[in-house]
Amino acid sequence: MPAASPSPIAARPSPVDEPIEKGNSLWHDAWLRLRKNKLAVFGMGTLAIVAVACLFGPLISPYGYEEQELNNTFASPSWQHWLGTDQLGRDLLVRLLDGGQVSLGVGLCATFVALTIGVAYGAVSGFFGGKLDAVMMRTVDIMYSLPFTIFVILLMVFFGRNIVLLFVAIGAVEWLTMARIVRSQVMAVKKMEFIEAARSLGFGHRRIIFRHILPNILGPIIVYTTLTIPAVMLLEAFLSFLGLGVQPPMSSWGVLIKDGAEKMEEYPWLLQFPAAIFSLTLLSLNFLGDGLRDALDVRSSKD
Amino acid sequence: MLRFITSRFLQSLLALFLVITATFFMLRFVPGGPFTAEKAVTPEILRNLEAHYGLDKPLWRQYLDYLGSLAQGDLGPSFKYPNRTVNEIIADKVPVSAELGALALSLALVLGISLGTLAAIRRNTWIDYTASTFGMAGISIPTFVVGPLLVLAFAIHLGWFNASGWYGPLDRVLPAIVLGLAYAAPISRLTRGGMLEVLNQDFIRTARAKGASEFRVVTRHALRGGLLPVITYLGPAVAGILTGSFVIETIFQIPGIGREFVNSAFNRDYTLVLGTVILYAGLIMALNLVVDIVQAWLNPKVRLEA
Repeated sequence: MPAASPSPIAARPSPVDEPIEKGNSLWHDAWLRLRKNKLAVFGMGTLAIVAVACLFGPLISPYGYEEQELNNTFASPSWQHWLGTDQLGRDLLVRLLDGGQVSLGVGLCATFVALTIGVAYGAVSGFFGGKLDAVMMRTVDIMYSLPFTIFVILLMVFFGRNIVLLFVAIGAVEWLTMARIVRSQVMAVKKMEFIEAARSLGFGHRRIIFRHILPNILGPIIVYTTLTIPAVMLLEAFLSFLGLGVQPPMSSWGVLIKDGAEKMEEYPWLLQFPAAIFSLTLLSLNFLGDGLRDALDVRSSKD
Repeated sequence: MLRFITSRFLQSLLALFLVITATFFMLRFVPGGPFTAEKAVTPEILRNLEAHYGLDKPLWRQYLDYLGSLAQGDLGPSFKYPNRTVNEIIADKVPVSAELGALALSLALVLGISLGTLAAIRRNTWIDYTASTFGMAGISIPTFVVGPLLVLAFAIHLGWFNASGWYGPLDRVLPAIVLGLAYAAPISRLTRGGMLEVLNQDFIRTARAKGASEFRVVTRHALRGGLLPVITYLGPAVAGILTGSFVIETIFQIPGIGREFVNSAFNRDYTLVLGTVILYAGLIMALNLVVDIVQAWLNPKVRLEA
C-alpha cells in the first residue's frame, strides 16, 4: 500500500483470520463491551433517569423548591407530596431534584476544572520531559502529600462560602491524579512512529499534542473523568454536610442529608430519601467508570 | 538506600515548611479575626488582647516568632480557650481520635484483607461478586450517609447503642464500624487486585508443586506480594482515618481533634488551626515517608526509579 494513503481504516488493520466485516472502530468495540457489562448498563440507565428527573422534574412539579406550606410541615410521604415535606412545609421531592441539579452541576463543573488543569499539566510534563518534567512531577508529588481536605475546609470557612470558590477549591484538589495519568500516557504515545512522522512534516508542538497525542489517549482520560465526578460530588457533599458547601436558599444533596440527619429521629424520610438518591448516583457513576475502564481496556494504575 | 531515605526526608521537611508558611499567611490575610465575634470588646481591650498575643507586631516578626517557638515544640496559646495552650488541647483531644482510628483501622484491615483475598481465590463466584459489590458500595456511599443511617437503625429504632457521646465501650462500636467500613472497601478492592496478579505468577506454581497446602500458599507466599498495593494505600489512609473523622466526630459528638479543628476554624482560633494543620501535615508526611521506605525495601524497582 502506498505510504501516502491517509485513510483511517488502513491505520488499523483487522486480524487476517477474521472475516472482514464492517470496519469496527475502537469506540464501537468498546461500546459493545460496555453494553455487555450489566452493572455499567444499570449505572447508565440510572444516571439518565436521575439527570432527566433533576433537569425537568422541577419544571413540571406543582411546587417550587422554596414554596412553603407552613400548615403542612413534616408531612410524611403521600399522594400530595410523594416524598413528604420538610420543617417549612417544602416539598421534599422538588428540593431533592433541585438539589440534584446543584450536586450534579458542581460535580460536572469542578471535574471540568480538574480535567483542564490535569490534562494540560500532564501533557506538557510528559511531552517535553527532561528537567521540566522532573520539576513538574516533584511538585505534584509534594502537593499529593499536603492535607488538602484541610485546606479546602479552611478556604470555605474563611472566604465566605461562595460556589465559584467551591469549584476552584475542589478542582484544585482533584487534578493531581489526572495529571499523573495523562503524563504517563503521553510519554508512551510520543515515542510512537506516527508522532515522528508528524514531527518530520514540520508540525509544531501544540499541533502534535492536541491533534495527534491527545486523541490517542482519550480512553484513559474518559475513564478517569468518569471516576472523578463521584469523587468531586463526594467532596462537595462532605463540605455541605459540615455546613461549608452550598448555602441556603440553594440546596444540594449534601445539604439535604445534613438537614435530614438533624431531624431523623422523628422524620426519618428526610434523611432516607436524599441518602438513597445520592448513594445511588455515586454508585452508578462508579459502576459506569469501572465498566468504561474494562471496555476501553485501560490498565489501572491506581487501584 | 540511605540516600533515598535522606532525599525523601528532606522533601517532606520542605513540604511541611511550605504548609506551615502557607497556612500562617492565609490565616492572617482572611477577613475577620479571633476577637471580632465578641461584640462587647472595646477598642482598648482589643488592643490589649492583641498585644497580649503578639498580634500587634509586624507580620514578619510574628512569623519568625512562631517558627522560633515551633522549633522548640511550642505551638503557642489558644486564642479562644483562655489559659490553655495548643499543646494542651492537642494532647487532650488526640488520644480520643487515635483510639477511634485504631479501632476503625483494625476493623478495616481484617475485613478488607480477608474479603479481598477470598474474592481473589474464589474469583467469579458469588463470594467474589458479594465482595465486589461491598467494595463498590463502600467507596460510593460516604460516611455521612452510613453514619446517620446506622444511628437511625441501631440506636434509635433498636436502642442497642447511644446515638452519640463518647463514654462507655459501647459508644465506640458505631463510630468505629462506620469509619472502618469506609476504609475496608478500598482495602478489599486493592487486596483482590494485588492477589489476582500474584496468584498467576511462577513462584506460586512452584510453591504448589512443592506440595504446600492451599492455605499456606495463600498466607505465606501470595499475601506478601499481593498486599503491596494495600501498603501504598495505607500511608494516606491512616492519616485519612484521622482527617476523615471530622464527619464521624461531628455525627457522634466525639471530643476528638477532628471536631476541634472544624470548630477552631469557625472560631478563627489561629494558633489552634495552625497547630492542628501542622499535626495533620506532619502525620501524613511521616506516614508517606514510612510507606516509601517500606516499598523501596520490599521492591527494588521503586528504589532504582527514585
